[in-house]
Amino acid sequence: MKILVCISNVPDTTSKINFTDSDSKFDKNGVQFIINPNDEFGLTKAVWMKESNNASVTALTVGDISSEAILRKCLAIGADNAIRIDCEALDAYSVAKEIEAHCNEINYDVIICGRESIDYNGGLVPGLLAGYLDYNFITNCVSLDINSDDVKCSREISGGIETSECKLPIVIGAQKGLVEESDLIIPNMRGIMMARQKPLEVIESKDFSNQAVDKKFFKPEEKGEVKLINADEIDKLIDLLENEAKVL
Amino acid sequence: MSVLVYSESEKNSFKKSSYEAVSYGKSLADKMGVELICVTFNCSNSQKLKNFGADKIFNIESQNSQEFTCKVYSTLLLKVIETENVSTVILSSSADSKYLGAYLAGYTYGSYISNVVELPESINPFIVKRSCFTNKAFSSTELKGDLKIISISSNSYGIFEKEGKGSQEEFKVDEIETNHKVTNIEKQSGSVTIADADIVVSAGRGLKGPENWKMIEELAGLLGAATACSKPVSDMGWRPHSEHVGQTGKPVSSNLYIAIGISGAIQHLAGINSSKVKVVINSDPEAPFFKAADYGVVGDAFEVIPRLIQELKAKV
Ligand SMILES: Cc1cc2nc3c(=O)[nH]c(=O)nc-3n(C[C@H](O)[C@H](O)[C@H](O)COP(=O)(O)OP(=O)(O)OC[C@H]3O[C@@H](n4cnc5c(N)ncnc54)[C@H](O)[C@@H]3O)c2cc1C
Repeated sequence: MKILVCISNVPDTTSKINFTDSDSKFDKNGVQFIINPNDEFGLTKAVWMKESNNASVTALTVGDISSEAILRKCLAIGADNAIRIDCEALDAYSVAKEIEAHCNEINYDVIICGRESIDYNGGLVPGLLAGYLDYNFITNCVSLDINSDDVKCSREISGGIETSECKLPIVIGAQKGLVEESDLIIPNMRGIMMARQKPLEVIESKDFSNQAVDKKFFKPEEKGEVKLINADEIDKLIDLLENEAKVL
Repeated sequence: MSVLVYSESEKNSFKKSSYEAVSYGKSLADKMGVELICVTFNCSNSQKLKNFGADKIFNIESQNSQEFTCKVYSTLLLKVIETENVSTVILSSSADSKYLGAYLAGYTYGSYISNVVELPESINPFIVKRSCFTNKAFSSTELKGDLKIISISSNSYGIFEKEGKGSQEEFKVDEIETNHKVTNIEKQSGSVTIADADIVVSAGRGLKGPENWKMIEELAGLLGAATACSKPVSDMGWRPHSEHVGQTGKPVSSNLYIAIGISGAIQHLAGINSSKVKVVINSDPEAPFFKAADYGVVGDAFEVIPRLIQELKAKV
């Protein structure tokens, strides 16, 4: 079984969000990049499937050379090989198109993405990819069991869990629950050393055009001062919520 | 041309988010000078959408659309999109709608944009405002695809009654082939979900242990609120993962968010920031949450919450 894990390179969760080029671009200055947390749950699951399903795991990112550091980390966590499609990831459409083109050459059985990235929060790439490839698709995926080409999986729905069955090939949008936080693999020295020997291939971009262009970014308005209510006068809080904020 | 709203229903009734999507769709259709089409699946109550502006209502009945799967729903919606010359599709932000949006965009080679918070500022070129960086920023984004698919952020637009023509249309469909079958749905009954709630009561590590959630549940019950928690609380297994809110958990955009014993770490705030009114109850006056909140109580949750419960009970 061949598994592809699509990895997005995102700003660390504590990053200050600023913009440049007259507010049309995210300012990467001084920002630490990490593997998108949802992708990491998916990668860990894929690494487990190396044993349970005798799978091979390829980690892929669409990005410039600066994104190779996280690919090396994926190799250290347990991916067998890595691929970087060389271009600046500007919108989800061109990213999904680049990945689709690669998937048309190498037929993966399972493609795992994160359900959304924590930077643009589009939640687009897994769905687009499934739609372009006409594969089955499950997002917000919290369990995945594959037996030859039979898939049993579940996803989080509003207020519960839905389980379904389908056939391979499939695209997954991973999230916490697919594996637990405590299951995430922290690479050890051996993993890091081994990662240096594993192949990291760079593929040329096919230069797909963008379909969504961020014209301008802006930040939310500054918040006013908090109104403090004395702990002994809780009735005042209720009164304010009812009559001032009008939310009760 | 026309605007289409996929109007999600469950057991023949619509959630608030469905009406909000229809209201948004109506305003957009008016702005573009076109008709508003609403599509429902296996819903006997679709006529209700007339009051929110539906001009044409298609209720699709078929065997394999009884449960939502994105392939079948996308295929069926595409038929309506083609026959009715639809240029723009509006979705809510429910789990199913967001699931559908991206797939439908891939399937139709359209362009999809999520977390939209306003009507487009311009139709040609098509530019809309969305939140991004988990509510730390917004962007004005131009969509270029021929078919535009928009999912709107909950509680960002509002619900407005406005009479549409409301003609109920027949739409004959063949069964769509798929090997994807829903086999089981498990839902907690009775409790309000975070996505649908007007009020969310959320608690953190300050509560010391899972045994202390009784008062949180009681408070939520009195307010008709959903319960939520910070990440460490779900990581430690005090509460289910489905309650974890924040940057790596669920987003919250309720009208009122009450945070109890939560410090207000940047990753937590990111996910709940788009809630309209935020209340913090924390024993530490230096807790960062006080900088993000509208109302704050400096105090011990184990004293403040029972008092709050008592006051609320006295009112009803
Ligand atoms: C990559 C990454 C992603 C993350 N994503 C998320 C996320 O999505 N959501 C999230 O929530 N966190 C997230 N975090 C974790 C986040 O950084 C914080 O650690 C977490 O939010 C803290 O949870 P807390 O406020 O419950 O606990 P603490 O920070 O321990 O705060 C407990 C608070 O309770 C108060 N308190 C204690 N006793 C009482 C009492 N008796 N009465 C009243 N108040 C009391 C204390 O003053 C304190 O402010 C993430 C972290 C990382 C690194």
